[in-house]
Amino acid sequence: MIRDITIGQFFPGQSIIHKLDPRVKIALTFAFIVIIFFAKTYVGYGLIFAYIAFAVWLSQVPVRYILRGLKPLLFIIVLTFLINVFFTPGSKVLFRIWAFKFTQEGLNQGIFMTLRLVLLVVGTSLLTLTTSPISLTDGIERLLQPLQVIRFPAHELAMMMTIALRFIPTLLEETDKIMKAQMARGADFESGNLFQRAKALVPLLVPLFISAFRRADELAMAMESRCYRGGQNRTRMKILKTTRRDYLAVAVTLLLIAGILLDSYVL
Amino acid sequence: MEPIIRLQDLRFEYLSFEGEEIAALNGVTLDIQKGEFVAIIGHNGSGKSTLAKHLNALLRPSSGVVWIKGMDTRDEDKLWEIRQTAGMVFQNPDNQLVATVVEEDVAFGPENLGLPPEEIRKRVDEALKVVGMQEYAQAAPHYLSGGQKQRVAIAGILAMKPEIIVLDEPTAMLDPVGRHEVMETIKYLNKHEGITVVHITHYMEEAVDADRVIVMEQGKIVLQGTPRQVFSQVKVLKEIGLDVPQVTELAYRLKAEGLDIPLDVLKVEEMVDAICRL
Ligand SMILES: Nc1ncnc2c1ncn2[C@@H]1O[C@H](COP(=O)(O)OP(=O)(O)OP(=O)(O)O)[C@@H](O)[C@H]1O
Ligand SMILES: [Mg+2]
Repeated sequence: MIRDITIGQFFPGQSIIHKLDPRVKIALTFAFIVIIFFAKTYVGYGLIFAYIAFAVWLSQVPVRYILRGLKPLLFIIVLTFLINVFFTPGSKVLFRIWAFKFTQEGLNQGIFMTLRLVLLVVGTSLLTLTTSPISLTDGIERLLQPLQVIRFPAHELAMMMTIALRFIPTLLEETDKIMKAQMARGADFESGNLFQRAKALVPLLVPLFISAFRRADELAMAMESRCYRGGQNRTRMKILKTTRRDYLAVAVTLLLIAGILLDSYVL
Repeated sequence: MEPIIRLQDLRFEYLSFEGEEIAALNGVTLDIQKGEFVAIIGHNGSGKSTLAKHLNALLRPSSGVVWIKGMDTRDEDKLWEIRQTAGMVFQNPDNQLVATVVEEDVAFGPENLGLPPEEIRKRVDEALKVVGMQEYAQAAPHYLSGGQKQRVAIAGILAMKPEIIVLDEPTAMLDPVGRHEVMETIKYLNKHEGITVVHITHYMEEAVDADRVIVMEQGKIVLQGTPRQVFSQVKVLKEIGLDVPQVTELAYRLKAEGLDIPLDVLKVEEMVDAICRL
């Protein structure tokens, strides 16, 4: 059924990675993404690979779930590899095909860029696979909170995400209902060229938009009647707490960062 | 005793898109005592929802005064206290739940009140227990039935510890099972938690158990009294296009046929008694 769809790709579990404080997880994912771009040697990438493989193993998320995120990007990854291989200037020519030079530098660059993309996707997938949308929103809100002094709307942003998550299933269900109602009256959403199909969507989108606006209006009213007045003075039932495992995760990540920096810039 | 809700010649006009004023309330004066269960019935467009929104300060009077527990709703400083005192449940269960998890939604109100986390936790657990939804604390709202969603909405209001609950056609979008669940919950709150209930409904059967029934028409109160008093006025109600409970209707017709049946029958059992006594 349509309401069974999940948003994001959360893989529920009880692993140590699942239980990490979402703030810590988000921050570490960022650190991970940045450090990917600092690595310059095969040893460096080996370290990063070991780190993420260890994290995946700890998370108990099946590897095929992790790799699923790569599938839609396969084309871009291959393209990036080829472009880097053939267009990186270099002197150590391995062989030539017609006008293209195939150099050692190009090969390295191609492999590194590919690894970066793959690691990037794997790292972020691991975050969304092990963190429920709610804790993700919570984590983002609290990480961004300090930015409120420069008037960054951290609370509003998180509230928007929560409401979007809450209403996506409702609106999908409604789309389904309207679609069936229009189909019963002979609407055809499946045949015809692109233009005809886009046109067929109009009788679907108009009622959907009207209903979405009505919902928004009613929801705003309901929130107001429940004393909602934005982020100020608001407390939360659940407080995020960092525990020993969070410090451990931070320590391991710091070690990785130190390793990469040493490897790429000192040795 | 000071009534917990006081309306003094309340009038309200909406401003239409064209800038015209549409009168929705034309001078409503009404006192509701603490602990009372009041049902409001009336036609589409008779001003019931407009009245309900005044009790929660979602709307302010164009003229006249609304006092909630002695607080004037025009007083900006009292706004949040008024909204906490008089909670409101709306018709569409989907459009009043905010969070993606039931217990987070129930916590929404108390969080807005700025209560400490332990206190919120306690209130959320209590409120879910009162409406019988504690098993669903971790569920996502879109997996619940309409009646269950509406009970979650009620729990969300309860967690703010209100003294009044205003329900604007809370059962209109529910199936009979859901309607029954919600009605039982509302009655329980009134009887056992001492909460004042203002219940707007289109179902006459739901008004039968109220302490007082108020009939609205064109922004005015046209009839009020105990359910027995109100529903025995079958002719008046029919004139303004309202139904009466089915048994009352039956009694009315039997009487018209010359049978000696009292007109103020509200329940099936009473009808059975009356017929047996013939
Ligand atoms: N937002 C609005 N803008 C303009 N006019 C409105 C608005 N809301 C309601 N009205 C008008 O005010 C009058 C009273 O409406 P109200 O919603 O209070 O009636 P109601 O008794 O709740 O009806 P229903 O049984 O359909 O819920 C109606 O004539 C309606 O058209
Ligand atoms: Mg209404």
